[in-house]
Formats: sequence, structure tokens, C-alpha cells
Amino acid sequence: MRTKDITQTMATPDTAEPQAVFRDDAGTLAVVLAGSWSADRARRIEALAAEITDRLAKAPRARLDLSAVDRLDTLGAYVLNRVRHQRETGGGTIEVASKRPEHRVLMDEVGVHDHHQPAPETPFRLVEVLVRIGAAIVRFGRDMAGGATFLGEIVVGSAAVVVGPRKFRGPSLVNQIELIAFNGAPIIMLISFLVGCIVAQQGIFQLQQFGATVFVVNLTGILILRELAVLLTSIMIAGRSGSAITAEIGSMKMREEIDALRVMGLDPIEVLIVPRILALVISLPILTFISSMSGLTGAALVSWLYGGIGMDTFLARLQSVITWKHFAVGLIKAPFMAFVIGLIASLEGLAVKGSSESLGRQVTASVVKAIFMVIVVDALFAMFFSSIAF
Amino acid sequence: MSEQGIQEADPATQQDEVPREAEREVVIRVRDLKVAFGEKVIMDGLDLDVMRGEILGFVGGSGQGKSVLTRTILGLVQKAHGTIEVLGEDVDTLNLVQRRALERRFGVMFQQGALFSALTVKQNIQLPMREYLDMSPGLLDEMAMVKLDLVGLPADAAEKSPSELSGGMIKRAALARALALDPDIVFLDEPTSGLDPIGAAEFDQLIVTLKETLGLTVFMVTHDLDSLYSACDRIGALADKRVIAVGPLATMLASDHPWLKAYFGGERAMARMPADHRKEAV
Repeated sequence: MRTKDITQTMATPDTAEPQAVFRDDAGTLAVVLAGSWSADRARRIEALAAEITDRLAKAPRARLDLSAVDRLDTLGAYVLNRVRHQRETGGGTIEVASKRPEHRVLMDEVGVHDHHQPAPETPFRLVEVLVRIGAAIVRFGRDMAGGATFLGEIVVGSAAVVVGPRKFRGPSLVNQIELIAFNGAPIIMLISFLVGCIVAQQGIFQLQQFGATVFVVNLTGILILRELAVLLTSIMIAGRSGSAITAEIGSMKMREEIDALRVMGLDPIEVLIVPRILALVISLPILTFISSMSGLTGAALVSWLYGGIGMDTFLARLQSVITWKHFAVGLIKAPFMAFVIGLIASLEGLAVKGSSESLGRQVTASVVKAIFMVIVVDALFAMFFSSIAF
Repeated sequence: MSEQGIQEADPATQQDEVPREAEREVVIRVRDLKVAFGEKVIMDGLDLDVMRGEILGFVGGSGQGKSVLTRTILGLVQKAHGTIEVLGEDVDTLNLVQRRALERRFGVMFQQGALFSALTVKQNIQLPMREYLDMSPGLLDEMAMVKLDLVGLPADAAEKSPSELSGGMIKRAALARALALDPDIVFLDEPTSGLDPIGAAEFDQLIVTLKETLGLTVFMVTHDLDSLYSACDRIGALADKRVIAVGPLATMLASDHPWLKAYFGGERAMARMPADHRKEAV
């Protein structure tokens, strides 16, 4: 069959197995090689080479005859040259014979590379653990110092914009707001709506055991406005926009675009980072507000369908339990969250080195750190608001 | 590298499967090729033959589709119609397994090197070997060093990552990776672009040496006039969506196609032209 033939000839251009025949030729051990000495047969070639070396050790004179070799590639030539080299360093001589001059040329060309790197010493395991802990602490310290420095640079950059409003990059800011707030709104509305539904449903299910179903309005209203909306939005934005900012700045760093800005006398912080952080600081409160409204809609819908609380009852109750400060708590937190996300995303983006692997690592770090810091900041705010009884 | 060894290698002996007096074996045969992106036709009615054991330099204006042609032969770009035969097989008739087997016999060096940035140079070279060949880890390491040595990189480059290499070293490392599986055909996309004249001359010499010792067929897209004069056996020129001329330098100079006249008759081309060709060009 034609197709089968093609496969065979292509996958294994020559089907002849490599062979070595040993002949005693008037006191000279003649090693007659045949077949295909190419990389497809690497294992077999290695085994043959080991056997040849073995047999050569006992022979006073030797000859390597390549005349019958069909195909010799760099691997075959290298292994044979290694055999020759081992023989010669052992003080012996070996004659290489071939009808084809390119065999000898190839063997000379490939050389010998037997300098294996020694395996790295494995240090004492407990020491290694301590070293790792120490390194992690040092890295954490550097991160903190780097973050503080960077914070300073951003403040200076922002101040430059305030002092010289000509440096303010309006189009860039609007573009970023579109990317962050406008394009991000649908997904944030959807998840907030669903989370509002879930909280309301769980709340009603528990509260109806006490006949206090109507308190679901207090539960969902306060929870969504104070915590859920801002947390959901921040986490979503850290994942959605934080990662985008890191990847964008990181790939600009990789392609030396950041350096190009610097040599043009432009400050990358002013040009790239301040507009992004500003866009985040503007977008996040808007998104938090949208998220609150969607969450409350979800809660109202479930209260009506599942808890039998009519829309008018829900709204009336909402009006009586929710004061403006619950609403304000959520919105006050939003710009701080935005600032933290933007700071971490830009910092990680600038930390990207040359490789694509490093880009991936920094984007991951950016999202993980940003989400972690969002939750830490939220906890700090919770303590702060409770201590001022807000 | 032994000078003696290179001189011994008579290029003609590399093709001893083919009788010397017979016509040389065609390893890539392209007929009536058409490639289009949407409405935009890049090439139409293009014919090209690449012979075994030659270095074919390929020139063409920017945006004329030199890289597209390479990528079409490699199967990275879909052709609209036409046939491409590689090593005697029509690529359209091959199934996936056969296609992969054929691809193993190509070595490709991309313009920017396309070294995997997450891997060291050694790992880059070993990747295709590890994937396709079965050999002991020790030999795998040694073979990587053989390839590094072939392309003239120092041994300490093995453990470096691509981002630590200079432009010339990236080109060499990319060539070493292209040679990993001892390919029959090597495609080089602007191998000397971005190299200084000394590095570029060394690279040309390296390609000639490798062609002679390993019996490679080289398809090289280039704009480097020195490469065209010193390294290439034949030159192909791409213009007007097809190959307008193919042959040794003399053929290029004899052509009266306006683009070729401008290309080889320009001041830069004249200044570098080997003296024996200069009067033909005028």
C-alpha cells in the first residue's frame, strides 16, 4: 500500500538497523559498521557503542570501518567519535576507515563533549528550609520597601499632573475608564444580582423559622451596601483589570517600550500608571454603586418570589433601616480598594523580566496579591468604622 | 572545527544517491501557488524549485510575501490553490501522521529566533530531541553541546536563558535548535539581520560549512547582499506575486525586470558586488 510506504520512509528514512560486526583481521580488531547510524536509533546506537568500547579494551590494534554505513548523522558521528576518543585517551590507537570522506569530516566536526556538570550538592534539609524562610522574609521586606517607594513615585507623578495640568492625559484616562468601568459593568451587575439572590434566599430560609422573614431586608440591605458590593467589585476588578494592567505594562517592559518612554524624557509613571490608577479610582465607586443596586434588585426579587415580601414592603422597609451611612461606608472604601489594586498591578507589571514565563508569574502574583490586599483593607476598614461607631 | 576536514568534503559527494551528471533532486517543488488573505492576493501562479544540497537565497521587496511563502511551504499559512511537493510528496495528500513525519525533516530558524523564553538554551535545543528521539540523558546533554559547538556558541551559553543572549547568539542558538533533529531542509528567515558585518560574515560561513558537512538544503530569506554574493548558490526573486527570476547571481544581473535592476543595480549592491560580476551588472 502506497500510503503505508510513505509513513515508513518518512518516519524512519532508512529502515536498516545499525549493526556492528567484529572481525579479527591479522591481530587487528576490525569493527565493521553497517546500517543507519542516525538519531532515530539512539538507544541501539548507544548500546552498540558501549559494546564496541568493551571489545576494544582488549584489542591491541583496532580499526573502525564505516564503509557499509548507509546514513550517518550528527548523533551517529558523535557516538562513534566518542568511542574513538575513549580509545585514544586510553593510550590506544584506532584507525577510521570509510569510503565516504564526509563521514570522517562529520566525526571531526562534532568533537567530544564529555564534560558533565556535577550534580549540585544537596544541602542539609533543615538548613535549606531556614534559608527558604529567610529568603521569603527578605523578599517580603523588599516588596514592602518597593511598594512604599513606588507609592511615593505615584504621589510625585500625580502631583506633577496637578501642578502642570498640561501633562494630564485625558484621552488615556477616558479610554481606561471605558475598559474598566463600561466594559466591566455587565459582568459585575450579573454576579452582584446573583449573589443578592443567594443571600436573600438563604436569609429567608433561616429567618422564617422565627417568623421574622421581613428582617431579610435588613440583612441584605446592610450586607450588600456595606460589604458585599464593594468586595465583589474589587475582587472582580482585581481579576479583570488588575491582570490586564500588569500584562500590558509587563509586555511593554519586555519589548523595551518603557525604556523608549524614558529616553524620550517621559516618565512612564506619569504616562502609563497615573492614568490607570486614576481610572480605577474613578471607576470603582461607580461600579460599586452599580453592584449595590443589582444586588438589592436580586434580593428584592427573591424576597418577593420566595419570601412573599412585596416590592412596596421591601422598599419601605429598606428606607427605614438603611441610613445614608451604610451607603457611604461601601462607597468610601471603593477608591482605596482601587488604589491598592492599581498600585499592585503596576508594580508587578514593572517587575516583569525578559521571559514570557516571568510575565505569567507576575500577572498571577498581581491578582493574588491584589485580592489578598483588598480583603486586608476591608478588614482594616471594618475595625476603623466599628471603633468610630459609624 | 578542522579546516582540513572542510576542504576534504567535496560538496558533490554529498549527493551520492543521485548520479552527478543527472539533474539534481528537487526537494521542494511549488507549482501554481496562490495565497490570499481575504480579498488581498499575496501571490498568484508562483512556481519554485529548490534543489538538494543548495543554498537558495530569496529576495523580494518588503511586504511582497517572502515570509508568507516560507510559512506556506511550512504549512503555517493556508494556500488558496496550487501544489507543494516536499521531498517528493505532495503535502496535500499526506495525513496528519505523515505530515508530522515530514515536519521532522524541516529545521526552521525564525527571524527573531523564537527561542522559548522559559527554557535555557540547552533545553531549547533538547526540546525536539526529547520529543522525538529516545536516548539516554547523558547523551542528550552531550548532543546539545554538539549542536552548540556546531553553531559556534561557547559551552557556557548552554545554561543561559534566551533573554541573557546577545542578538548574534540568539541567531546561533536558534540555528542550533533548528539543527536539533538533523533536518534535510533548513529554512532561515533573515538569518543575518541585526548582526554586525563580522557576525554576519561568520554566520554565512557557518551556514556554508554546515551545508557541506551535514548535506543540508538551505532556503534562506535574506536582504543581506553579502549573503547573496558569498553564501547562496542560487537566488530567487519575488515580485508581482510570483517568482520573477531564479538562478545564480549572473541570472539576476541579466534580468531586465525593473525591480531586479533597481535591487542589484543600486549603489549599495554595486559597492559590495564581487569584481567579476560588476561589469555584467552595468
